[in-house]
Amino acid sequence: MASLETNFLGIKSPNPYWLASAPPTDKKINVLRAFEAGWGGVVWKTLGSQVKNVSSRYSAINFHGGKVMGFNNIELISDRPLDINLKEIVEVIKEFPDRAMIVSLMADNNKQSWHELIKKVEDTGAHGIELNFGCPHGMTERGMGAAVGQDPEIAKMVVEWVMEAAHIPVITKLTPNVHSVVPTGKACVQAGTNALSLINTIQSVTGIDLDTLVPNPYVGGKSVFGGYCGPAVKPIALKFLATISQNEITNKVPVSGIGGISTWKDAAEFLLLGASSLQVCTAAMTHGFRIIEDLCEGLLSWMEEKGYNTIYDFIGKSVPTLTHWEDLDINYHHVANINQDKCIHCGLCYIACEDTSHQSISITQGNPYNTYSIKEEECVGCNLCQLICPVENCITMIEHRVAPEYLNWKEFQARGLPLNDH
Amino acid sequence: MPIKNKRLSEEQYTHNFSEIHPPFENKEAALVEATRCLFCYDAPCIKGCPTRINIPKFIKQITTGNIQGSAHTIFISNIFGGGCSRVCPVEKLCEGNCVYNLLEEKPIEIARLQRWATDKIINNKTRVFERKPSIGKKVAIVGAGPAGLSCAHVLSREGVDVTVFEKESKGGGLMTFGIAAYKVTPEFCAAEVDFITSIGGIEIKYNSELGKNITLEELQKNYDAVYLGIGVGLANKLNIPGEELEGVVDAIKFIYDIRTNSLANIPVGNKVAVIGMGMTAIDAATQSKRLGADEVTMIYRRSESEKNCTQVELDIALLDGCKMQWLASPKEIIGENGKVKLLVCDVMKLGLPDHTGKPAPTPTGETIRLEVDMVIKATGQSPFVDLVNTYGLENIKGKISVKNKSQTNINGVYAGGDAVNGGKEVVDAVQAGKDGASAILSFLSDS
Ligand SMILES: Cc1cc2nc3c(=O)[nH]c(=O)nc-3n(C[C@H](O)[C@H](O)[C@H](O)COP(=O)(O)OP(=O)(O)OC[C@H]3O[C@@H](n4cnc5c(N)ncnc54)[C@H](O)[C@@H]3O)c2cc1C
Ligand SMILES: Cc1cc2nc3c(=O)[nH]c(=O)nc-3n(C[C@H](O)[C@H](O)[C@H](O)COP(=O)(O)O)c2cc1C
Repeated sequence: MASLETNFLGIKSPNPYWLASAPPTDKKINVLRAFEAGWGGVVWKTLGSQVKNVSSRYSAINFHGGKVMGFNNIELISDRPLDINLKEIVEVIKEFPDRAMIVSLMADNNKQSWHELIKKVEDTGAHGIELNFGCPHGMTERGMGAAVGQDPEIAKMVVEWVMEAAHIPVITKLTPNVHSVVPTGKACVQAGTNALSLINTIQSVTGIDLDTLVPNPYVGGKSVFGGYCGPAVKPIALKFLATISQNEITNKVPVSGIGGISTWKDAAEFLLLGASSLQVCTAAMTHGFRIIEDLCEGLLSWMEEKGYNTIYDFIGKSVPTLTHWEDLDINYHHVANINQDKCIHCGLCYIACEDTSHQSISITQGNPYNTYSIKEEECVGCNLCQLICPVENCITMIEHRVAPEYLNWKEFQARGLPLNDH
Repeated sequence: MPIKNKRLSEEQYTHNFSEIHPPFENKEAALVEATRCLFCYDAPCIKGCPTRINIPKFIKQITTGNIQGSAHTIFISNIFGGGCSRVCPVEKLCEGNCVYNLLEEKPIEIARLQRWATDKIINNKTRVFERKPSIGKKVAIVGAGPAGLSCAHVLSREGVDVTVFEKESKGGGLMTFGIAAYKVTPEFCAAEVDFITSIGGIEIKYNSELGKNITLEELQKNYDAVYLGIGVGLANKLNIPGEELEGVVDAIKFIYDIRTNSLANIPVGNKVAVIGMGMTAIDAATQSKRLGADEVTMIYRRSESEKNCTQVELDIALLDGCKMQWLASPKEIIGENGKVKLLVCDVMKLGLPDHTGKPAPTPTGETIRLEVDMVIKATGQSPFVDLVNTYGLENIKGKISVKNKSQTNINGVYAGGDAVNGGKEVVDAVQAGKDGASAILSFLSDS
């Protein structure tokens, strides 16, 4: 029997799924319900100087009939009194000692504030601390959140302050609102952080109300840039995670993966790119804590199918397969194939290829059904037709190597091989 | 019990004749369905529509919230898009071609979506088209049915001033007077006609009958061109003994009465035989049953595989409890005191294909006798042979002959719809009206 048990810097949890620092983790009643549902841990909603929120707060992107493909918020850190938060953390730890309790922090921008806050949190018995260097809105104006995460020097300084005082593991949460997360990640690791987590939300404008002409979320006739998350951001999160896993300095610390995790498949992908714990916010906010059931069951059955006994058997396995473009094998070639028995003649492959790709699909008019077939000699193997085909395994990509040996772009140029002639 | 009316309570009539294809209840339901559409390229559904509505486009427009644009996409190809969404046998047209059928999945509910896109526009008479300024040409159209009004709308859009002559006191043709009452309501038919004419430039003169109070010569003299969309007449005769008995009725007349009276006033027999297996026969049978007949038997001289109606239509009749008598051909109707009492049929067997391409039925020599008190004739409609001959219009058994889709043998006189094809669907008549309009437009610009 495979097991999902997780040990992140000595912080143990029955599964790698923690709820990310956000409304699902902002008070005792939620967190107890989450633990009852089976979540492995929580990162308590960021604590610091108490703030005041506005109304409304959220907006979303829907896509082709599906709701909340992307989610956006303009909330700040916890707006509840610090004392109450701390008291509730103690109570939760007592009720669920086997679950991970990490507390997210964003102190005022001086050493003393950080030291005081860390002391108070450690007194609760929490297992770890997460530094919120990523909140993209509201806090930055006060020199906190993303403002810290965007400047490696400042981030390094704050992490050093924290490490002077902390006795429990420290995870530094990175903002994705940068060209690359590696410089800040490196600075934080060099300053002594025990782990990294990423990503926080991405600055965004989700849309504009076409009657009022005001972007959403709407706050009395105005709006502000918000923080984007949910399924839409997963590819960006995976990319940032991969860069952290590839860098020799940042890959020395464990990483908690965050950003758009909604299904066990997403979870497997984060683990494969080097995350060793997972955090979820939007998926829980849109469907409730019960999603933990399939997050665990799906991951376990995939692991059993693949013969992995623990998550440590496959963490990071996909990292080496991400290479540089110039190292890709130019002699690898595959072409599309349409299974005529499965084809439903919708013509989507044809029109996409004809209008926007390589004119590699031929059409034979029929009434009412046209027949579509691949012109193999024209097909560059781009995958577009396969991506849009509505029938599973109707279009498959079949390997047709140009030559048996590996050949990369540098070598291709060095040999003076010919470029396309049309 | 003989033929009589008021067989049911008001509630029963209302229930029995409520809409068979109800609309989407709300926007969400329409969106769920619209989102299923794959947006096929060179879509098979379009090829299944005689008017070639750009179906994937109008469905996409529903999903983007552009309802008026969606309605425009429909109406630009088919101004009866609202009516067609209710009456088209879509199982053999657009929906029958939907690629989901190939996945053994339910096809997109194209008709229901089309209704969703058009209902409000029709009811509010939203302006979807701007009429071009008058080009100073006048066209007379005879018949305010789907063919005539479709022709009128295209012509008016292009700035032609149109006058429609209609023998009835309402427009819509068989849409108003022929289609089963549980498919379209009289209120909808009236609203659809109003919507079509709301573009302006179309005057309908009701109670004006060609051959009675107007002549073709007059129309030719006073107008730049003439379009004939007169449809076809009553049901074909059976030509068997006993046809004159009380209780033998014409399906078209029977349905016309249903469409123009309150349901409780329509007399129907206790045991009804309906002769034929086309759409009209189905409608006559189902509506007899829904009016309270105890027993309705449909009589067809071929077998089920040769039926003219679609399976969906046959299923409606079967679910209504109608019985099917396959391979039976009426031979004689026997009466008592001048009223129908017995229907005698030859039992048939199928032989080699005849001129229609279907196996020819021949009598086996055996007969069956059905005790009935009403016989409804629904074996196709007869074209207006006399009328078309009077005006020297070339025709085949009354069906007006045309070349280039709509041109008759008389210069400047065009025709289309049931009058030409002998009786197909509303959507075919709408396309015929469009074809007629484009032929007339080029005729007008040449002359
Ligand atoms: C019982 C029945 C059920 C049907 N059910 C369906 C269905 O469910 N779906 C479907 O798509 N189709 C159905 N049809 C067929 C459809 O109604 C016709 O194909 C369509 O209405 C033909 O349109 P049209 O304009 O050619 O003729 P019509 O609709 O017949 O219109 C002809 C118009 O011309 C008028 N007219 C005739 N003679 C003269 C004259 N001499 N002077 C002035 N005006 C005249 C008539 O009053 C009428 O208004 C059904 C037909 C019948 C009979
Ligand atoms: C409403 C809301 C409030 C959030 N508040 C915080 C916060 O206080 N501190 C923090 O570090 N991240 C906060 N986040 C970011 C999440 O912890 C997480 O990094 C992000 O939502 C990406 O994960 P997801 O795609 O699973 O939602 C918040 C997110 C949301 C949606």
